[in-house]
Amino acid sequence: MAGSSWDGGVAPFATNTKKLGMWLFLLSDSLTFSTAILAYAYVRLSSSNWPRPFEISPAILNATFLTFILLSSSLTMVMAVAAAHRNEIKKAVIYILLTAVGGIAFVVLHLMEWFRLFNEGVTPWANKWGDPLFGGTFFGLTGLHMLHVSIGVIYLCIIAFGFGRRKFNADHVEVSGLYWHFVDLVWMFIFPMVYLMSVNLKG
Amino acid sequence: MSAHETTAVETHQPGTKKLFMWVWFWLLILTGVEVLLAYLRLEPHLMLTLLVGLSLIKSALIVAYFMHLRFEKIGLFLVVVPTLVFCLTMILIFVFPDSMRIVRMHP
Repeated sequence: MAGSSWDGGVAPFATNTKKLGMWLFLLSDSLTFSTAILAYAYVRLSSSNWPRPFEISPAILNATFLTFILLSSSLTMVMAVAAAHRNEIKKAVIYILLTAVGGIAFVVLHLMEWFRLFNEGVTPWANKWGDPLFGGTFFGLTGLHMLHVSIGVIYLCIIAFGFGRRKFNADHVEVSGLYWHFVDLVWMFIFPMVYLMSVNLKG
Repeated sequence: MSAHETTAVETHQPGTKKLFMWVWFWLLILTGVEVLLAYLRLEPHLMLTLLVGLSLIKSALIVAYFMHLRFEKIGLFLVVVPTLVFCLTMILIFVFPDSMRIVRMHP
């Protein structure tokens, strides 16, 4: 392994190709979410009757709990990666599956909130409180994020299955962890931007 | 020694369980601060600035410790972070003048 990085044969980033690929994908995906959030901010700025429908209970409390679930699932994912690198296969698989359960809980609770909003008359094209674009941006942003969480759950299940049968190694677990933490990171922006900026303090 | 074993050794995790628990704890604290901010009737500009600031701190914690970037080679950091900052700056350059115009148009 002698010679400079330019001659080849050396790993200039000291990572495997999967990991570099995942980082580059996350880079482009973060731009997708950034532009979506910017578009939301722009539409909201240009609207004169943007609604602030989220009351502390249940909407904000529910969203805070969703944040807690995602942060905790990130913690179990970190534990999974650490266990995978120590070659503790059973422990790693349990931690990965715990992470996936957190993801499923997130999706279920979030969908319940969606249906609550549907019942109140909020759809992607209309709502009774004001600008119809509120529904479009809300369901667009949270829907794109929920899609990422759902794909992440499937991804984690595949990784858990493959790692348990020793078809995958610790690097695969680490790369899936990167994806999961990214999904968590995106929620750290959607939660304040969409929920906390639209909090409705009555009285 | 196969290629897989080599990479497994190279990417050995320096973080400890205690460190990750601390990061998780601080992320929860910062989330709590954000929710508390929602209770205060702050002016929207100040509120947005504080929330974005806190979110940036939280994402930095996640990227540095959970996503492990702090323990990677500096090269990986240089590939990912300045590129993101550059692209976001380019987007903002084109969005800002127009959105400022909107703000002036209706008070």
